[in-house]
Amino acid sequence: MAKKVIKPVLSAAEAVKCIKPGMSVIIGGFNYGGIPYTLVDALVESGVGELTLIANDTAYEDVGHGKLVANGQVKKVVASHVGLNKKTGQFYMEGKLELELCPQGTFVERIRAGGFGLGGILTPTGVGTVVEEGKQVLEIDGKKYLLELPLRANVALIRAYQADRMGNLTYFGTNRNFNPIMATAADYVVAEVDSVLEVGELDPNEIVTPGILIDALVVKGDNYYANRT
Amino acid sequence: MPIELNEEMVRQRIARRIAREFHDGDVVNLGIGIPTLVSDYIPEDVRVIFQTENGAVGAGPAPDKSDLRFIGAGGRPLTILPGGCFVASDLSFGLIRGGHVDATVLGALQVSQEGDLANWMVPGKIVPGMGGAMDLVVGARRVIIATTHTTKKGEAKILRKCTLPLTAKGVVKLIATEYAVFSIEKGQLKLLEIAPETTLDEIRAITEADFTVADPLITMQGTEEEKA
Repeated sequence: MAKKVIKPVLSAAEAVKCIKPGMSVIIGGFNYGGIPYTLVDALVESGVGELTLIANDTAYEDVGHGKLVANGQVKKVVASHVGLNKKTGQFYMEGKLELELCPQGTFVERIRAGGFGLGGILTPTGVGTVVEEGKQVLEIDGKKYLLELPLRANVALIRAYQADRMGNLTYFGTNRNFNPIMATAADYVVAEVDSVLEVGELDPNEIVTPGILIDALVVKGDNYYANRT
Repeated sequence: MPIELNEEMVRQRIARRIAREFHDGDVVNLGIGIPTLVSDYIPEDVRVIFQTENGAVGAGPAPDKSDLRFIGAGGRPLTILPGGCFVASDLSFGLIRGGHVDATVLGALQVSQEGDLANWMVPGKIVPGMGGAMDLVVGARRVIIATTHTTKKGEAKILRKCTLPLTAKGVVKLIATEYAVFSIEKGQLKLLEIAPETTLDEIRAITEADFTVADPLITMQGTEEEKA
């Protein structure tokens, strides 16, 4: 279904209503940076559970999407690092959480494959380690590669800097991280931004994510971290 | 056993030694822990471009006032130097895996004499995840390990074979500890330098791996700059 040309600017609570129990959600961010804090808080507030969370890390148990894990709303995590959130490790050890760990460069390429129409990617990362287990190994010009499969989600929650009403996005500092790639790899994409400008107010040369990928916009709230990122 | 050194001195010594490894223009990625300290000791006539896995190219020192919109791999605040830029994670790891990063400096739980590295998990403990480490060691042109020579319990970390799950096989090129510097070339571990307060026999006693000895074997560089 075609997305709207002029994107609705929603409240965070309205925007996350598209996320139903059992869905997969891909969320931007690296450590404290580039997390759509306002959207994530609304999702925590909604209490929707049985989610598959695809994110680089699970933040901290009381920060960002780390709260989704701590709150028991997540049944499976796909991430490259979960060591900063004690609850992720604890729930995994207790058998309450499925955990798929993926090297960070592979993680982002799998998302890119998911968003770019590729059947998978070949990477030398993880050859000869536990990451290789259960995966197809291909030898090309005498070098071994793992076949890694695409990642996609039902909904993406991403963080950008400025948007225009057509959903075109710019980014700021290291908040950029996974956000532009994740915008390509979900059926419904919501971007949290500092401000929404009129069409034509963003310089086309500075736009990183074209608005055709975006479904809805949310202006960041005044949560502690939303304010500081 | 060599005489025990103060922990902070150990960290600074290893960082100071590794900082001498770079060439002008090198793109370098530093891991967390001791590797982070390396940037404090880069010689003045060498300009190194620091890259962070989360998307800064040309990262500078920590700012006076932290701004979470500019952070490094460990979540530590950073500045971006003139000429630096920000990239998304796909390009960041493209730079890393694609051979555009000249060197990475990382910590280790174990290193084998053939250059295998284990630095991401201990079975039976909570698994933190490998983050970007597996990509870094596969993609960076030179993998340099900054580590204490033994564990806190005195167990060897430089081994014939790693017993912990690997981060990658055959990738380590240089190891710097508080007591010694080793190179690994063509699967062969070689002792290049030893610290002033130790001897070859003492190094053998705390190193399980088999190694050859450089001729001449020299005193570890950079230790003369240490302040008491």
